Amino acid sequence: MRAKLEALPSPPAHLDPERARADFPILRQKVHGRPLVYLDNAATSQKPSSVIDAISNFYATTNANVHRGVHALSERATEQFELAREKVRAFINAPRVEEVVFVRGATEAINLIAQTFGRSRVRPGDEIVVSALEHHSNIVPWQLLCESTGAVLRVAPINDDGELVVGEFEAMLGPKTRLVALAHVSNALGTINPVRQLVAAAHSHGVPVVLDGAQAIPHLKVDVKALDCDFYVFSGHKMFGPMGIGALFGKAELLESMPPYQGGGDMILSVTFEKTIYNRVPYKFEAGTPDVGGAIGLGSAIDYLTGLGMEQIAAYEHDLLGYATAAIAAVPGVRLVGTARQKAGVISFLLGDIHPHDIGTILDQEGIAIRTGHHCAQPVMQRFGIDATARASLAFYNTREDIDRLVAGLERVKEIFQ
Amino acid sequence: MSSDLRDLYQEVVVDHSRRPRNFRKLEHADRTVTGRNPLCGDQLTLYVKLKDQVIEDIAFEGSGCAISKASASLMTSILKGKTKAEAEELFRQFHSLITEGPDGSVKREQLGKLAALGGVSEFPARVKCASLAWHTLHSALEGKQEAVSTE
Repeated sequence: MRAKLEALPSPPAHLDPERARADFPILRQKVHGRPLVYLDNAATSQKPSSVIDAISNFYATTNANVHRGVHALSERATEQFELAREKVRAFINAPRVEEVVFVRGATEAINLIAQTFGRSRVRPGDEIVVSALEHHSNIVPWQLLCESTGAVLRVAPINDDGELVVGEFEAMLGPKTRLVALAHVSNALGTINPVRQLVAAAHSHGVPVVLDGAQAIPHLKVDVKALDCDFYVFSGHKMFGPMGIGALFGKAELLESMPPYQGGGDMILSVTFEKTIYNRVPYKFEAGTPDVGGAIGLGSAIDYLTGLGMEQIAAYEHDLLGYATAAIAAVPGVRLVGTARQKAGVISFLLGDIHPHDIGTILDQEGIAIRTGHHCAQPVMQRFGIDATARASLAFYNTREDIDRLVAGLERVKEIFQ
Repeated sequence: MSSDLRDLYQEVVVDHSRRPRNFRKLEHADRTVTGRNPLCGDQLTLYVKLKDQVIEDIAFEGSGCAISKASASLMTSILKGKTKAEAEELFRQFHSLITEGPDGSVKREQLGKLAALGGVSEFPARVKCASLAWHTLHSALEGKQEAVSTE
């Protein structure tokens, strides 16, 4: 079944955050008596009404299993599920729709690549290169792969601003390198890696590249064709879609050459006890009943983002990040962690010797939600010689007023610890 | 400031977090156990010197939030000279205090300065910060040497 997208009207030239906010019912509430300021978008983003309705409508009107039934509901569910896949394809400009595999999220996607592509190609003594910026989900699956194959994990360093040292990264590439896996945007620091250049460097050694796009896709226009990456992974819930759904893009020839990930229904063409023939891609990697409602919700989130325009979102957030960085840095006692020239969405900081968890608890009482801790990126913390940071992470529905509330909250924190 | 927040960060708590007592390595400790709070990254190493059944000296090192540091500081201050049984009973009382609050079954008079951490009961996410030192102590008194985790 080939789903066709309807053309959406082009987005307004500039993003209006107040109008966008109105689409998010959760933002209307008070927390501890104060209007909610939600600055934990890198952990998960909030969902617009259109996404919530799309999921609800699926269960109210369409719910049936996909790729199985001949009845009307099953056909409709399949059509909507495949339409969601086509929306993902178009959103990241993947050449072919079968290059989009639905998964639970970026973590599952990376594990899938490690356990299929990795296990079938990696031999003892081979090397896998990651960076010192990675989230645990782009470290541990490779460590597991190295343990089971005898390969070696190599880590490209970052500088004091939290930028990948490109020269050292390039120097690590060689005949032993089997795979490179890098964050497009760092979750802990917000650094945008120059991924186009890094992919080209890896390709010059014939090395395929996995990009972890979990933190990039809500903020930047992603074009996998232009990036020329071999795999690109992301989670729906960080891009205003539901939890439990995400996507893996893989170049068709790679996906076709990879063994299956999990066995089960939907990933086979025929099963006998003597021999099982696997389904074609992407179904080969989608064993069992998928999260159909989740995929439809993700498709709806893509429609929403396309309606706002990713360029407009990026431009608005760039301005807001500049404002927030200056405002937070101006608070006496603040030290910014991660000062890369190219950043998206994240301000990680310390406040004197006050522990980030105490900052988080006090801000919460002011109705302000931030993340505190190691952000599932302990090696990043180790690189800076710290245990934790406080992290404010932005979305297009955040405003300068949110940042002003945060700054006032930090003054409260200081009062308590005077 | 909300009254919950004032209850959590009482002067005693802020003071002990800023200037933790018994914050040092104890040479010739009988028991050394490290406790970790993996979600937060907090960790503390507890040193206990026992004579018969009595805690002769106790100290700690490590890093963590104000609540975990203050709790370890207050705990080590109160436990010197206590028997193992008295320490375990204090843990029981303290645990009730930080989970049930001051209106629970706690005998406040026994807790002394530890009562300053009663505000934690209004912040369920911070209970593990306040109890890390005590879980580590419990493990040390039981003679275990391996690391403790609150998860």
